[in-house]
Amino acid sequence: MPTTLAEKVYEAHVVRRTAGEPDLLYIDLHLVHEVTSPQAFDGLRAAGRTVRRPDLTMATEDHNVPTLDILAPIADPVSRAQVEALRKNAAEFGIRLAPMGDRDQGIVHVIGPQLGLTQPGMTIVCGDSHTSTHGAFGALAFGIGTSEVEHVLATQTLPQYKPKQMAVTVDGELPPGVSAKDVILAVIAEIGTGGGQGHVIEYRGSAIEALSMEARMTICNMSIEAGAKAGLIAPDQVTFDYLQGRTHAPTGADWDAAVEYWRTLRTDEDAVFDREVHIDAATLTPYVTWGTNPGQGLPIDAAVPDPASFADEGDRRAAEQALAYMGLTPGTPLREIEVDTVFLGSCTNGRIEDLRVAAELLRGKRIDADTRMLVVPGSVAVKAQAEAEGLDKVFLDAGAEWRGAGCSMCLGMNPDQLKPGERSASTSNRNFQGRQGKGGRTHLVSPSVAAATALTGHLTAPADLQESVTV
Amino acid sequence: MDAFTTHTGTAAPLRRTNVDTDQIIPAEYLKRITRTGFEDGLFVAWRTNEPDFVLNQPQYADASILVAGPDFGTGSSREHAVWALLDGGFRAVISSRFADIFRNNSTKAGLLTVVLPQDAVEALWAAVEADPTTQVTVDLEAKQVGYDDVTVAFDIDDYTRWRLLEGLDDVGLTERNLPDIEAFEAGRPSWLPHAQPVS
Ligand code: SF4
Repeated sequence: MPTTLAEKVYEAHVVRRTAGEPDLLYIDLHLVHEVTSPQAFDGLRAAGRTVRRPDLTMATEDHNVPTLDILAPIADPVSRAQVEALRKNAAEFGIRLAPMGDRDQGIVHVIGPQLGLTQPGMTIVCGDSHTSTHGAFGALAFGIGTSEVEHVLATQTLPQYKPKQMAVTVDGELPPGVSAKDVILAVIAEIGTGGGQGHVIEYRGSAIEALSMEARMTICNMSIEAGAKAGLIAPDQVTFDYLQGRTHAPTGADWDAAVEYWRTLRTDEDAVFDREVHIDAATLTPYVTWGTNPGQGLPIDAAVPDPASFADEGDRRAAEQALAYMGLTPGTPLREIEVDTVFLGSCTNGRIEDLRVAAELLRGKRIDADTRMLVVPGSVAVKAQAEAEGLDKVFLDAGAEWRGAGCSMCLGMNPDQLKPGERSASTSNRNFQGRQGKGGRTHLVSPSVAAATALTGHLTAPADLQESVTV
Repeated sequence: MDAFTTHTGTAAPLRRTNVDTDQIIPAEYLKRITRTGFEDGLFVAWRTNEPDFVLNQPQYADASILVAGPDFGTGSSREHAVWALLDGGFRAVISSRFADIFRNNSTKAGLLTVVLPQDAVEALWAAVEADPTTQVTVDLEAKQVGYDDVTVAFDIDDYTRWRLLEGLDDVGLTERNLPDIEAFEAGRPSWLPHAQPVS
């Protein structure tokens, strides 16, 4: 029977299949961070269990870490206790940890690919919903809860039901200034935050194949924002080139064997998807969100919608609640929305290419005097690379802040937060109420829209800047 | 985890769609390393800022069943959202659509998530708004929700239902299949990555 890429990876990991029970799925890589793991390790201890495969497990500190003075002890005692709990657990159970200050430290979804631990055809889990990021390599990667973290630690497996299959095909060429972030925001606006529920999404089509690995990660990252269990992209030469030479990538004869297998990881031509969505890349423009869920997004040329324009009562009510929280009036052009803060970072857009795109727009310019811009590299390695290229200087000269690596203002578990009523343009993935700080208001944007917005102080597309220069 | 067979209590109508787990419990409460005591963070922003938020209304303060709009539990995978609902006195959540990870987490911690068609949710909202003392029964054995003279059937896979009815721990069940796991491991390609440091 013809099968999809996701089905192939899934089937290759079934340890046990019995009628009337979920399949038992083997997990090739388990990534761990400090927030969703302490109760899981406690559970192991209480039951006298060990970690079955510490060699397939890797931990990092990312959610709580400050981005200033990273070598000083964490000032917040509760954050500090959580990070210390991870250090203790990693030592006790023999798990490799990249602590603050380590050259491998960073956001869990940035370091896996960067180290070459994320490879095609693998099953990867983490107590974190954005684990879908790793699907960019053709891996089946998904977020799990703390009870499941404990289950994987103890058994290296998970009981699973085979997910449904969805194809999102993006054909054509993206217009200049339109990025992977705009593609995924457009997809979510199209299918809604529950549109992918129960499905794995395979992104395909010429526009996807033309993307770099980092851009593919941006797309897969936000699969969860469409409600999907995971998102993936078939591995190709771009994938192999990215992986070759990375610390944990195979070498020599192993590399050849691996690539031979990876080349088989493609959806069969006549495989059937449960749902298909088509998007024409040429019609896309920069997207921004106006509401409090990632499906509430529009092209930047649009205006804040009128709740009355929604046919569905639930959508109407959601729009009313969102506009009240966001402090927005229907009919206001999105470009006129003024922001206080621009956040460039996160597992969605905190990689080197994202920083390069933003730095290019800022080079030799100053950001708006009333706007602050926080640039937070996704990992220590991204930070080092950016500094080697002189990007830190570009950001600093433009008046932005250059910080240490971590999740930072994506969720404000560290001191990087919005104040009540403050508004941000953020390259992260969630515009939920209070996500970036109590009462904070978030507009999700791409790195280039973030940089353009920092220059003007209101939501701005990169193309707008060129127009104002030529006029 | 505690077994779930049947539960009767009053219900709170949460007329909101897309209730994400950041709303159920914000990130600042996730710094704790315990598994209980999250009730203070449950819906804390809405409880603090919205005087007429449903759980601020005395007639719903003791509700043990939450009836929510579609796409409940979206966003972050934090199982703390399930723990906070349990700590806040809820035994069941009813919605027409749950986010996958939230639903999965709920089954691991003994919170019953019941999927009903949206029109059945609307009818239940109307009933508990008309009379907040309405006794609602969620019966996992019979796979039905009942109140007044209404009975609505719901679907749940047999395996999850059995685990919940028995209050069984997944890890213990999987450990019975250790030989299968060992056999699978023996066949894994040697080039697959290991996380140990490479010098
Ligand atoms: S950057 Fe944001 S979304 Fe990504 S792992 Fe960190 S907190 Fe989660």
